[in-house]
Amino acid sequence: MTTATTTAATVIEKGSSLWADAWRRLAKNRAAMVSLFVLALIFLACLVLPAIPGFLQDPGAQNLENKNLPPSAAHYFGTDHLGRDLFSRVFFGGRVSIMVGLITTFVSVTLGVTWGAVAGYVSGRLDAFMMRIVDILYALPFLVVVILLGSVLSPQTEHLTEFTVKLIAGAGDTAKINEVRTSVEPFTTLIPLFIAIGALSWLTISRIVRAQVQSVAKLEFVEAARSLGLSHSRILFRQILPNTLGPIIVYTTLTIPGVMLFEATLSFLGLGVKPPNSSWGILIEEGANRMLSNPRLLLFPALFFSTTLFALNFLGDGLRDALDPKSSKD
Amino acid sequence: MLRNLLQRLLQGIVVLLVLFTLTFFLVKAMPYGPFQQEKAIPEHIRAKVNAYYGLDQPLHVQYGKRLANFIQGDPGLSLRLEGRPVTEIIAQAFPTSLQLGIAAILIALCVGIPLGTLAAAKKNSLIDFGAMALAMIGICLPSFVIGPLLAEYFGRTLKLLPAVGWEPADPRTWILPAITLGLGTAAYLSRLTRAGMLETLSQDFVRTARAKGVPGTRILVRHCLRGGLIPAVAYVGPAFAGLISGSVVVETVFQLPGLGQHFIKAIETSDEPVILACVMLYGSLIILANFLTDLVSLWLNPRLRTR
Repeated sequence: MTTATTTAATVIEKGSSLWADAWRRLAKNRAAMVSLFVLALIFLACLVLPAIPGFLQDPGAQNLENKNLPPSAAHYFGTDHLGRDLFSRVFFGGRVSIMVGLITTFVSVTLGVTWGAVAGYVSGRLDAFMMRIVDILYALPFLVVVILLGSVLSPQTEHLTEFTVKLIAGAGDTAKINEVRTSVEPFTTLIPLFIAIGALSWLTISRIVRAQVQSVAKLEFVEAARSLGLSHSRILFRQILPNTLGPIIVYTTLTIPGVMLFEATLSFLGLGVKPPNSSWGILIEEGANRMLSNPRLLLFPALFFSTTLFALNFLGDGLRDALDPKSSKD
Repeated sequence: MLRNLLQRLLQGIVVLLVLFTLTFFLVKAMPYGPFQQEKAIPEHIRAKVNAYYGLDQPLHVQYGKRLANFIQGDPGLSLRLEGRPVTEIIAQAFPTSLQLGIAAILIALCVGIPLGTLAAAKKNSLIDFGAMALAMIGICLPSFVIGPLLAEYFGRTLKLLPAVGWEPADPRTWILPAITLGLGTAAYLSRLTRAGMLETLSQDFVRTARAKGVPGTRILVRHCLRGGLIPAVAYVGPAFAGLISGSVVVETVFQLPGLGQHFIKAIETSDEPVILACVMLYGSLIILANFLTDLVSLWLNPRLRTR
């Protein structure tokens, strides 16, 4: 409690220089900086390369005459058991995995921060009730409930896909509708995953934020804001929450790899992203099944996936050290 | 103290009730019911089957009946496996999952805690960096990558251990699955132990002990381990429950006849009694694990007792 208060107090005294301090400390952490660079590279490649038309080969184009080719100038990572270009499959799959990671983390952080902030701010009986709910959700078997939730929601996506297609294409001709459908489908089919994982991964962050808000809410500037007649929501979200950003950022960085791992696990079990859409999880699953005949199918996706997880974890650790003045003495 | 434990027990019952209700209605909300086969079943036969399993009744009646049966310890008959009692399925498959979980948690404890302690004792040395890099690998490499690699190398290349399969009596078949399952937990444990030990090692009583000339190993083992293990212990209980309910992946990789397989298949076929039974079993395990963790924490940390 006292350390949280002093952290908050430093924020107030020093203003923005806390962030400058943190950045300076982070810049000294070689592992974190390398991770940041690697992450930027992988994220950019996965988000930009598939969007450039004609740059990557069609990841779904099968050519059985070219199956299991070794890496060459035409296929940088070789081809898979159906003659698909592994290089473009890794980047298209990466796009899905990264999107799942980012969007789900966004859902879970938004939910957790709001829940925790409100609970910490209102205190009393409502707070106790809200935290009991968190306790109960904590005790649910996570993997089991997500699998259940995901499989209930996933057939609903057909409606969603049709709805989105209608929204974009309107009453156009069939060719256009089909074209829109193929571009929309990979995203709408992911929504159950976003919801299922997001719905259960906000618990820890809500606890962290609640504790932070509780300690900040006792400080004088909050009283000052109140006496100025600011509304509760303004005090909470504009005055108090910015002071809790440090832990939120750290936890967010550590949530992304967890969520990506989770998507991969679900896809591996055949319950997440479904073929022909691919993600790193699916590519690894396919690769693991054909490890004997073509180890590259496992190697390349696993390499990209693990590197991303590594970098995210190192960056999260680095941020924690950089943003927490207490840990910097170690 | 006693009041606290009673409160936890009560809360556990509420959690189980919530879990039951949630699962029941989620399963009922699944768009594909049971008995959905490639060949359509004639309508009058389907009606008969539904009546036999009580699926023709209104939802709240089904819910009430199922709940009452569950409380009496009777989860009913499986819908997918042609009326096999769910208790029989669990009795057959759960021991495998349990055995695997125990083996995995033992591996995690035997690797994680010594590694973390060593890293803390030799802080910022090569050993520390090595141990923590190893831990990071354990956290970042998912079990479905490690599993096939281990099976391939130790099973097929070196032929040291069986690559797939499970013999309850033959410990050699347990080793690879248990390592695969336990590695991530071992990695987390070593990080938690290191952090906890560092915290304890920085305290005044350690300095006093050093000043008195107590040997380093003795300080580490006799003075610090008990306090330093508190964060790790808080993690072990829930992790054990998580290992058992999360062994689905490892069971898939090594083709083990555990409960996870039944659970996945039950979800694919909307086999409500089996899903409910698995979820309740996993849920109870987590609650039990949390409860035991609290007890051990109380024993390790006297400060919790006075509150």
